[in-house]
Amino acid sequence: MGLSAAAPLWGPPGLLLAIALHPALSVPPRRDYCVLGAGPAGLQMAYFLQRAGRDYEVFERAPRPGSFFTRYPRHRKLISINKRYTGKANAEFNLRHDWNSLLSHDRRLLFRHYSRAYFPDARDMVRYLGDFADTLGLRVQYNTTIAHVTLDKDRRAWNGHYFILTDQKGQVHQCSVLLVATGLSVPNQVDFPGSENVEGYESVSIDPEDFIGQNVLILGRGNSAFETAENILGVTNFIHMLSRSRVRLSWATHYVGDLRAINNGLLDTYQLKSLDGLLESDLRDLAILKDSKGKFHVTLKFFLEEASTNQSADAITLPQDDNDNFAMRVPYDRVIRCLGWNFDFSIFNKSLRLNSGNAFGKKYPLIRASYESKGSRGLFILGTASHSVDYRKSAGGFIHGFRYTVRAVHRLLEHRHHSVAWPATELPITQLTSSIVRRVNEASGLYQMFGVLADVILLKENAMAFEYLEEFPIQMLAQLETLTGRKARHGLFVINMEYGRNFSGPDKDVFFDDRSVGHTEDAWQSNFLHPVIYYYRYLPTEQEVRFRPAHWPLPRPTAIHHIVEDFLTDWTAPIGHILPLRRFLENCLDTDLRSFYAESCFLFALTRQKLPPFCQQGYLRMQGLVSTESLRQHRVESRLLRDDAPMGRDLEDSSQHPGDQELLGAPLAPGPLAQSLDSNKEEL
Amino acid sequence: MSSGFSVFRVGISFVIMCSFYMPTVDSLLELSPQKYFSTLQPGKASLAYFCQADSPRTSVFLEELNEAVRPLQDYGISVAKVNCVKEEISRYCGKEKDLMKAYLFKGNILLREFPTDTLFDVNAIVAHVLFALLFNEVKYITNLEDLQNIENALKGKANIIFSYVRAIGIPEHRAVMEAAFVYGTTYQFVLTTEIALLESLGSEDVEYAHLYFFHCKLVLDLTQQCRRTLMEQPLTTLNIHLFIKTMKAPLLTEVAEDPQQVSTVHLQLGLPLVFIVSQQATYEADRRTAEWVAWRLLGKAGVLLLLRDSLEVNIPQHANVVFKRAEKGVPVEFLVLHDVDLIISHVEHNTHIEEIQEDEDDDMEGPDIDVQDDEVAETVFRDRKRKLPLELTVELTEETFNATVMASDSIVLFYAGWQAVSMAFLQSYVDVAVKLKGTSTMLLTRINCADWSDVCTKQNVTEFPILKMYKKGENPVSYAGMLGTKDLLKFIQLNRISYPVNITSIQEAEEYLSGELYKDLISYSSVSVLGLFSPTMTTAKEDFSEAGNDLKGYVITGIYSEEDVLLLSNKYAASLPALLLARHTEGKIESIPLAITRAEDIVQIVTDALLEMFPEITVENLPSYFRLQKPLLILFSDGSINPQYKKAILTLVKQKYLDSLTPCWLNLKNTPVGRRILRAYFDPLPPLPVLVLVNLHSGGQVFAFPSDQAIIEENLVLWLKKLEAGLENHITILPAQEWKPPLPAYDFLSMMDAATSQHSTRKIPKCMKETDVQENDKEQHEDKSAVRKEPIETLRIKHWNRSNWFKEAEKSFRHDKELCSKVN
Repeated sequence: MGLSAAAPLWGPPGLLLAIALHPALSVPPRRDYCVLGAGPAGLQMAYFLQRAGRDYEVFERAPRPGSFFTRYPRHRKLISINKRYTGKANAEFNLRHDWNSLLSHDRRLLFRHYSRAYFPDARDMVRYLGDFADTLGLRVQYNTTIAHVTLDKDRRAWNGHYFILTDQKGQVHQCSVLLVATGLSVPNQVDFPGSENVEGYESVSIDPEDFIGQNVLILGRGNSAFETAENILGVTNFIHMLSRSRVRLSWATHYVGDLRAINNGLLDTYQLKSLDGLLESDLRDLAILKDSKGKFHVTLKFFLEEASTNQSADAITLPQDDNDNFAMRVPYDRVIRCLGWNFDFSIFNKSLRLNSGNAFGKKYPLIRASYESKGSRGLFILGTASHSVDYRKSAGGFIHGFRYTVRAVHRLLEHRHHSVAWPATELPITQLTSSIVRRVNEASGLYQMFGVLADVILLKENAMAFEYLEEFPIQMLAQLETLTGRKARHGLFVINMEYGRNFSGPDKDVFFDDRSVGHTEDAWQSNFLHPVIYYYRYLPTEQEVRFRPAHWPLPRPTAIHHIVEDFLTDWTAPIGHILPLRRFLENCLDTDLRSFYAESCFLFALTRQKLPPFCQQGYLRMQGLVSTESLRQHRVESRLLRDDAPMGRDLEDSSQHPGDQELLGAPLAPGPLAQSLDSNKEEL
Repeated sequence: MSSGFSVFRVGISFVIMCSFYMPTVDSLLELSPQKYFSTLQPGKASLAYFCQADSPRTSVFLEELNEAVRPLQDYGISVAKVNCVKEEISRYCGKEKDLMKAYLFKGNILLREFPTDTLFDVNAIVAHVLFALLFNEVKYITNLEDLQNIENALKGKANIIFSYVRAIGIPEHRAVMEAAFVYGTTYQFVLTTEIALLESLGSEDVEYAHLYFFHCKLVLDLTQQCRRTLMEQPLTTLNIHLFIKTMKAPLLTEVAEDPQQVSTVHLQLGLPLVFIVSQQATYEADRRTAEWVAWRLLGKAGVLLLLRDSLEVNIPQHANVVFKRAEKGVPVEFLVLHDVDLIISHVEHNTHIEEIQEDEDDDMEGPDIDVQDDEVAETVFRDRKRKLPLELTVELTEETFNATVMASDSIVLFYAGWQAVSMAFLQSYVDVAVKLKGTSTMLLTRINCADWSDVCTKQNVTEFPILKMYKKGENPVSYAGMLGTKDLLKFIQLNRISYPVNITSIQEAEEYLSGELYKDLISYSSVSVLGLFSPTMTTAKEDFSEAGNDLKGYVITGIYSEEDVLLLSNKYAASLPALLLARHTEGKIESIPLAITRAEDIVQIVTDALLEMFPEITVENLPSYFRLQKPLLILFSDGSINPQYKKAILTLVKQKYLDSLTPCWLNLKNTPVGRRILRAYFDPLPPLPVLVLVNLHSGGQVFAFPSDQAIIEENLVLWLKKLEAGLENHITILPAQEWKPPLPAYDFLSMMDAATSQHSTRKIPKCMKETDVQENDKEQHEDKSAVRKEPIETLRIKHWNRSNWFKEAEKSFRHDKELCSKVN
């Protein structure tokens, strides 16, 4: 101020200087949305934010997106399938078998344009992610390592606080919402005596030459362990694999994170007695000793503790001293650790209360089913690190799963901060059956994220119309109204995809006889992934969701329907799939959802006081379906439909259910009017 | 199962006992000629198909024949395939492969030979064979005289079962023959395939099979005709059986016990009971009434005379009719009905609920919920193999969609290949394409949203089917008319030009109004609308243009706003702005003043103006009149309307007598479904024409103009006044029931519960630690497979369809046979 007073002429430059200095000095740059990590999940979120025109920034440590894939998997072969041909044109359906692409409107950004391999090379993934970010013009700040995240309370902030991000240069960023998509980046290390002798998956040589004639012990039994073994299987003396639990094969568990068949060559040689082997033991009980020749011996921590410190390896008791047929009695040349990764908690300040989960999910941060941290509002975990929600159940830890959960999070945010209700299509009730059939046949999100994301149908008053919401996180069902901005006052359907209750599991024989169900009345025993529709008269409460029956993805509904499993996952058979579904919907809504030709509606209009919905919503609005001559012919010929033949019999006939057939004629035929459903409804 | 069936079975098994003693064979026997002839037994019928040994092992005929083995065996007829080998030449062996025939023998006498094409399916085989065997029991006639002769001969002696079937060998024919096999000795069966004969009996709907019961046994006076009862159910073996059962039951029964306790054969057959309450004083009259009612309800309900005086339980004092439904546990209804017609209509409107009650030890099953009851789905499914000329419409894909609709004016049908309604409409669409072939400038295209989901979503198509018109420089327009050939064709044709048409001279306007200007279009729009505006009325013109655009494809609209517009408005006595409405069929031009209104109001005005004063109501136009929410005054006419009636009603319209009604007429020739409507209103059908007032929107009462009065103005006015004063009785009330689910659904929730409870009774409750989980999983798995193997019959909603019924019947046949063998 003194300056400007002393020399008015300098005023303008002084002011400019002040403006230029201003941000650096006082308020740090503020973003509505900050995304940590430009991996698949971070880019996916950036895409949705960009499309919605939101103020966002992605921070990436590396100079290009997808840095994880520049190094991992070490042997460069992705085990996510790149199925380029399905025989179908439906792009949405094809995503069911495309495990690598991110969601976008741009057809060029499909992974099949990046690799011809069924199990593609990791370099193609890096190239793909780079193109995804560049083509769509996503705002990513590369070479920016966020070193510290803390919380700044501010009542004006969306969530009552800002997230303060500090990068490696000390630059500070202020964010209203923080979306963490940093994946699992810290190799999991188990602490046991001798663990310093162990090489890690992240650094071990991948050149088979280095393993010639060696005895190798691999700790861990995941895909990385088997991938490592596969690579050196042909040159080692033998490979032993050690882990706490039995091997879990993904084709038995239906979980893609378990051991995939492409990596399981060692199982073959183990079972065929080719010297390789699998062993089960808790790593924390072990100890690894290096003897004078540089070989490694496996012993128990217990023995080590017995002996006094500083004893040489050769003097410590080995299990085989007592038990001379101990499996791991041979010395190993190398011990390799392939125990997976953990989330990097280190950059988050305690004030964020970002904690790790319980026993199973220790490597993941603790989050809600809405992917929001339990500790701080406005902090969401995306991508692989969000897998605690469906660990060992669905695909939320993998690209083909989290691309949908990211979209769900984005929809929640749109409603929470921008009053954009969850997208929904409102349709007349006559379209109910069709809209479900359409989705279960093409939706990829339902298919990939089975049991986690489900479609929700909200009925309108009198059940004459409904709203269709796609891919809502079903564990949040009780909070649906507040999370989506939609009303669920008149009952709802939830469409979920499920495997049979007891079909999946590491010890299950998934090839047992009669494993597939063909009859519609046995649909509830279907084993393979099939659509299940839940009907609720009222939105379930949080209590009901939390204390739902064991092994149920949702609370007990008023009624349930299983669409019988289908070998081709094509649920469009008129009798096998659509008819039972229609009957279920009809009985839930207590109405008749059949379609009728205009002529039938005409008859009903003049002989009844009420019309079925199809005639009300179509014919009476002058959009009746007029049958062609050949269809009319079939109507006459089909003895099932004799009642609707143009010159048919009398009204009693027409009111009869066409399915009554001729055998018992009228007596057995409860017409649409006559059908008393009260008893049935009570059962429901 | 109800006792109703047992007679049938006994009947059949009696025949079987007499004639059937060959071991049961399910599949077709294959024999050499010599072997075959050695198996023939005296008096026993046998059907043999002779074929060359080297002929194909399977053919359609053999499949059908194989299927016929079982049913024919049940009638004691054996079936064999005889292989003509070279060494054993038989004269039955044809010379060539296609000359092979089937032969029916009784003992070793040849009864009939059948070319294989007459035995086209299992029904034809059974029908033909029984027809040949029951030659005496079933008289085949071709004219009315034959029928009268038989009738006369049997008066006072026996009853006749007369049936008409469209052709020999169809399922209805088989059903009649099967019934004749059982009842042929009790009743005289008469069969015809002559449609003229049926017509001469006064039957309606002659394209269907008919079965009449002629009550001739009661007739003692030979000049009197036998009473006839028409069977109203479709002709099936079981229906015929049930029908005959009700014919056999006593016409009228007198009872003096609590109606709740009374049971007759009718209840077992699922028919309700009607009790006419009688007192000593009026007994004779009541009995006459009851008999009259009984005749009217024959085959529909059982009628009883309830003697109030000797009754112990109380019934309400005024009740004169008691109605008892066939369902168990439904309380009887006490009614006060002063007109026998009301009794009849009450029964007819309350019999949908009837259901055969389950017998305790025989599980009767409900209708099959796996059987399609959606007429659209069923017809589309049945038609699925027919090849449509789809090539006349261009199939679009994601790649071609934009380019196509940008390049030319196009109609796009968005459909889903798996959706029945879409596929039904696709047929109409293809029909339109056939009609327009080579003449339209509009490109007809379609896109299957099951394949190109994204394209449809981008075009804002979220339901199917949707039809949109894409014109250069215009927003796409969704078609909102009837999903049928006629209206769609109209829409496309009318859209050849854009609306409103700009008319630039008085002469052109006159040509426009006379229909000259768009001669080729007025067959699609019987009305042309012309908006008259002075050149300065810009907002009014804009609104009208918008309305014209909204109405495009439904009606022709034009606009005239030259300086000399007053010449036109004066000529048609209209003050500007105004609408001129040229009705081309009537050659009339009306004017409607157009006060300052919005586009949607103009649309409404035009839509209302399109309505006629006394229209012929059709399937297509009913909705436009229906939405007026007024009672319909419908004149049902068999063919064109009598001009005098039309004049009478139009006079009433002009005199404002009918303002609160929608007068219309229905031509049964154009709208045959009208017959079914009439039948819902009347029983019996009155002579046509008939005038009815249907109060569709409040109360559903139907009133009939007395058929003995002439349809002239004075009578109509009088009748309407009586109606208004509430002095007329309605003939029926339309049912007001809601549309409920036609059938139940599988109750998977309780099936799952049943499985779980089975499971949990076995499991010992214990504290479960995490390590136990796997073990437990295993246990559950085992349990589940156990559950799977156990019969889940109790969980299933069982099936009941034709094949099952026959299986059931077969079971009982076999049971009877076992008894036979023990007796023997």
